[in-house]
Amino acid sequence: MAVDEGLKIELGKQGVFVTTIEELYNWGRRSSIWPMQFGLACCAIEMIATTMARYDLARFGAEVFRPSPRQADMMIISGTVTKKMAPQVVRLYNQMAEPKYVIAMGACAISGGPFKQGYNVLKGIDRYIPVDVHIPGCPPRPEALIQAFMTLQKKIDGQHLTGPDRPRHLNAEAQGEFPVPVQGEHDLEPTSNPGVWPVPITIR
Amino acid sequence: MAIEAAVPGAGVELVSNPSVCGQHSLRITPEHAMAVARFLRDDDELRLDFLSNVTGVDWPDKEIAEKVKVTRTAKKTVDGVEKEVEETVEETRKHVEPGCLEAVYHLFSMTNKYGPVVIRMRTVNRSDQVELPSLTPIWRSAEFQEREIFDLFGIVFTGHPDLRRLLMWDEFKDHPMRRDYVEPDDFEYEPTAHDEVMERAQEHRAKLVTAETVGAAGQERTDTGA
Repeated sequence: MAVDEGLKIELGKQGVFVTTIEELYNWGRRSSIWPMQFGLACCAIEMIATTMARYDLARFGAEVFRPSPRQADMMIISGTVTKKMAPQVVRLYNQMAEPKYVIAMGACAISGGPFKQGYNVLKGIDRYIPVDVHIPGCPPRPEALIQAFMTLQKKIDGQHLTGPDRPRHLNAEAQGEFPVPVQGEHDLEPTSNPGVWPVPITIR
Repeated sequence: MAIEAAVPGAGVELVSNPSVCGQHSLRITPEHAMAVARFLRDDDELRLDFLSNVTGVDWPDKEIAEKVKVTRTAKKTVDGVEKEVEETVEETRKHVEPGCLEAVYHLFSMTNKYGPVVIRMRTVNRSDQVELPSLTPIWRSAEFQEREIFDLFGIVFTGHPDLRRLLMWDEFKDHPMRRDYVEPDDFEYEPTAHDEVMERAQEHRAKLVTAETVGAAGQERTDTGA
């Protein structure tokens, strides 16, 4: 239950600050998302550029990129996910502590990108792990990554603490660990995780 | 040729390249490859000390159909009388020329500043006799590149210090760069399909439809059974 805006402003004029616990909780969470150092290919260069002086990502809360998945809140999958690397990506995601978020940066992470028909290219990391924000682009500009970060922050703002759609870390029955694909003889087994990736239906 | 003089018995053949780049290559036999390569690297005049690239080529099996004129004796009735007559008939005979796998090396000379010199080696056939000598002891830069060729084409390099797959994982069975490689079926979602991709996507959808109908039929049977 959010506080009515008009009431907030009126009370603010009187010097009284009103908020809800949900707002405070989410504000704390979204203002300090620490990404994990996870660059795979060319999009990683753009991610690095976003953290550097010109398009500083630290002003939005991504203060430091943690090398360990245990200490990170978010994983930016930047670059082509090869089938050789895919089990490692899922394993690292499983090792992250809740609450955790995933940004799929660039065309390759969303769906395989320009190398989709390659023999070693996984057609999108959202086949195995749930992705919160997708950024199209090849590579997306640093401003696009910043906008994705802000979209993720808005998404976190909108999460309710109670109720059926509460985030995974407050939900004891929600599944936080996803099965790691096995590298089989001809392909990864299984080719996708149907619980995470319901095959999009094309209506012609 | 200097190579034939230095390495006695080495069969060296010139393969000319009619395209614009004009990079003609020398085809060497696998048995003499090490000696030829050592000569190429150590000879004072040639001094080819930099191996810049090793690639693989897949020559698939060719089915050749040729028309042959065959004379046969056949029984025919000519003017009401049965006689044996010789007749010439055109027959198409097909035979399969076995393909092979090939490794192509590009050599440069840093000291004498010239290049490239291209040498090629062919395996006996594509299926079981796929060994070639490794030139890693002579040029170290061949190490990773020969691993890549082993991974993608399947040429086994004898004498290689560490022959494992490089790009694909170790349990992978196929060799992706061969002409007869078929990609595994992960064509669930192809929004911009065309050509080959469209065919594979349609095959995948067809498989799903048959699986659904078989599943539905099974369901019906269990319902009536219960």
